[in-house]
Amino acid sequence: MTEAFAFYLFAGLVVASGTCTILSRNPVHSVLWLILAFFNASGLFVLLGAEFLAMILVIVYVGAVAVLFLFVVMMLDVDFKSLKSGFTRALPLGLTIALILLVEILMVVGGAAFGTFAPNAAHAPVLAGNHMTNTQALGSLIYTRYVYVFQAAGMVLLTAMIGAIVLTHRTRPGTKRQNIGEQVARQPGEVTRKVHAVSGEGVEL
Amino acid sequence: MIGLGHYLTVGAILFALGVLGIIINRKNVIIILMSIELILLSVNINFVAFSSFAHDLVGQVFAMFVLTVAAAEAAIGLAILVIYFRNRGTIQVDDITMMKG
Amino acid sequence: MIQLLVFLPLIAALIAGLGNRMLGNAVAKSVTTGALFVSAALAWVVFADVGLGHGATYTVTVLDWISSGDMRVDWAFKVDALTAVMLVVITTVSALVHLYSWGYMAEDPDQPRFFAYLSLFTFAMLMLVTADNLVQMFFGWEGVGLASYLLIGFWYYKPSANAAAIKAFVVNRVGDFGFSLGIFGTFLVFKTVKFDAILAAAPGMGGATFHFLGAPVDVMTCLCLLLFVGAMGKSAQLGLHTWLPDAMEGPTPVSALIHAATMVTAGVFMVCRLSPMFETSATALAVVTYVGAATALFAATVACVQTDIKRVIAYSTCSQLGYMFFAAGSGAYGAAMFHLFTHAFFKALLFLGAGAVIHSMHHEQDMKFYGGLRKQLPLTFAAMTIGTLSLTGFFFTSGYYSKDAILESAFARGTEAGVVAFAIGAFVAFLTSFYSWRLAFLTFFGAPRWAASEHIQHALHHAPDTEAAADSDTASHAPVPAGDGGYHPHESPWTMLLPLGLLAIGALFAGYIFHTTFLGAEAGPAFWRGSVAFSAHLATATEALPGWVIWTPSVAFFAGLLLAWQNYIRDPAAPAQFARTFRGLYGFLVHKWYFDELYNFVFVRGALVFGRLFWRADKQVIDRFGPDGIASAVTASAGVAKRFQSGLIYSYALVMLIGIAAAATWFVPRALGGQ
Repeated sequence: MTEAFAFYLFAGLVVASGTCTILSRNPVHSVLWLILAFFNASGLFVLLGAEFLAMILVIVYVGAVAVLFLFVVMMLDVDFKSLKSGFTRALPLGLTIALILLVEILMVVGGAAFGTFAPNAAHAPVLAGNHMTNTQALGSLIYTRYVYVFQAAGMVLLTAMIGAIVLTHRTRPGTKRQNIGEQVARQPGEVTRKVHAVSGEGVEL
Repeated sequence: MIGLGHYLTVGAILFALGVLGIIINRKNVIIILMSIELILLSVNINFVAFSSFAHDLVGQVFAMFVLTVAAAEAAIGLAILVIYFRNRGTIQVDDITMMKG
Repeated sequence: MIQLLVFLPLIAALIAGLGNRMLGNAVAKSVTTGALFVSAALAWVVFADVGLGHGATYTVTVLDWISSGDMRVDWAFKVDALTAVMLVVITTVSALVHLYSWGYMAEDPDQPRFFAYLSLFTFAMLMLVTADNLVQMFFGWEGVGLASYLLIGFWYYKPSANAAAIKAFVVNRVGDFGFSLGIFGTFLVFKTVKFDAILAAAPGMGGATFHFLGAPVDVMTCLCLLLFVGAMGKSAQLGLHTWLPDAMEGPTPVSALIHAATMVTAGVFMVCRLSPMFETSATALAVVTYVGAATALFAATVACVQTDIKRVIAYSTCSQLGYMFFAAGSGAYGAAMFHLFTHAFFKALLFLGAGAVIHSMHHEQDMKFYGGLRKQLPLTFAAMTIGTLSLTGFFFTSGYYSKDAILESAFARGTEAGVVAFAIGAFVAFLTSFYSWRLAFLTFFGAPRWAASEHIQHALHHAPDTEAAADSDTASHAPVPAGDGGYHPHESPWTMLLPLGLLAIGALFAGYIFHTTFLGAEAGPAFWRGSVAFSAHLATATEALPGWVIWTPSVAFFAGLLLAWQNYIRDPAAPAQFARTFRGLYGFLVHKWYFDELYNFVFVRGALVFGRLFWRADKQVIDRFGPDGIASAVTASAGVAKRFQSGLIYSYALVMLIGIAAAATWFVPRALGGQ
């Protein structure tokens, strides 16, 4: 009972937030609606017994990605009014395509035989009898069987990080930087010179 | 009883919403990126739902990786957007027609 | 021996032609002329043997050529009386022309080429007359056409020469087309192309008919007419004659050899060779007679108003060929061949004489600028007079015997065509006499008129060793000079005069010596022995004609001489007066009966119209729906497809989504339906 109520609550809110994300005029609002959608999706995950993933969703998606979105939205000084034009023109086509896709998926979902999935079977990711927590179970799987994929995912993140830095990096003229290699390779002859100082006359620098 | 179909339906609706978002918001790149995030979220929900009802943890493993890639992609996408804005002064992507045939 | 006779000129031509500048002028000249004299000697031997000596006719096979199904063609030389006569004519005139060219072409830079072409021509002509079958004759036919083209256009840097050469070749081609059709038809009917077989079978095919477009057509008439079309082209008969006057663009020795004595007589030779075939078709003979008579008349009238000395003689040739043809058409093949024989001598004499005059007058050809040359060029004058006497048929010259024979035979034949031909022939004899003596009087009599000639002026100013050098400065500043302007033409060198002399002997005596052999009722058949369809009956009838018939040609001769003397010696202003009075007639004649204009309008412009029509159809129909259409369709569709490449990433994304939706729509129902 509670489960059904929770499900419908979370599901409804996710759908509503998604709708408001795409329809909102103000992009800051859109980001905030997105964050709400993530939270509700995380709730759905908890209902499905994937609490680790739910928390990860909140921490990574909301805490990092959505915040990044927010940064960029606020940083770019854009005139958002002009960007909303053409909305009604694209709407029929968009609705058509979205509806088509929705109908397709639902056809598959509705028509598929979910015999192996008993609707009222306990939906737990791990077989009853195995008393590990979700996190433990995930860990035991990732670091053994899927360790290469894990490493690859790490590479992807590394590449993305480097990429983001390289793309947005700009050299500002006028800033003082150190070039260690240059410093270390300095020769005395380049920076000092012997001057014969005659007293009373001063030195040319 | 909440069955697998319910979760899949939710995923389907979110997916459709994401696609709609892409098509509607032609000029606002940020909203497009957000719609993509919605699509990826719907995919995640699907994975986790299947994983739960099939008692196979692989779905969740994969959902995590999807999460990883989504994050990376969002980062790069936004970086590109920032540079584009730096060069053009606007994020109106209607002006990008340099690949015009 | 016959092989040597035929191939010596070819070998000489190859040596001279391929050696060209490496071997030099002297070698080219000597080799070719020497080869020709040897061939001429051999030809006289053959003539004495097979012709006069009544030796047996023979065929010498040289090589197998084509053997394809029913068709068997060999390279073979057939030697009989007809061949022997032609061999003598060709080799003798060719040898004399070669010798003459030593003097005439002495200043030309391209002599090896010239002599090579002359010898090549001789070889082709010899192949033509010694041919054992129609295909070999056609080879020779085309060969002489080629040589004619090369020689007419010898001075290829002159555009008029090039145009004339092409005109000759193209008009000949029209005739050759008819000839080819005739050969095809002959093969179809007789299943062979060898002369012996055809001529033996010809009388049997006399009345055979075939159906063409529903109407019955006589086979032999059809074949003979087609073959005659070829003869018309080669011998410049009316309709296909337009090339002969323009062929005078070539050097005079060429005109003498090709367009007087040999090539143009190939048509007559062909008709005589095929005489058994022609005898089976009265219609064909009538056509031949009428065409010949019409040509004779046409050419004679036009010759009366020509001012270029070579053109007068060219039209004269055309006219005399008409005579030969209507002789053949009247069944008097012996007379036709005899006239061919004598005509070769006196026409070549006239041309070479004209060449001597031209040479002396520094290449001036217009008779307006001649006059009084008999004092400057006495030997040339003598030669030309002998030639003119022979051509016009003065008593006991060669032309007298041959021309009279033709006219008498035509009358004796008794057919309507024959009598008409006789009447026209008599009138033409009068005209011939008139224009020939007109030429002689204008050139050799009267006061000198050459000072106004550009060629003479050129000679005066660029020849410092003439006596006129001192006058040249004043001459150039003075108004149009009259009289001789200080230029004195001199006689030609011996290399040019010797051939003239030899030909003069032939022109005078050949007729007297040979006329009974060629024409006689008893001697004729013994001489010809079946090589032509010699009708002893006709020959007998010819010898028994009323007196007025026999005297008609001589009367015509005197009448023409008188008229010419009146207009060009006694009263030189009369011709111009006549031209003014009868301006229409004069214009008609000067424009050669407007044949060239007619052909230009019908054929040349017609061909151009057709060409443009088809070009337009090609461009706008075939090209439009073919390559151009496809190309523009590709461009148009590319223009449409280009709009997909907007460069907008958003559009690309949209298209991708639409694609996904479409793919899903396609696959999902089938997947679900299959379950």
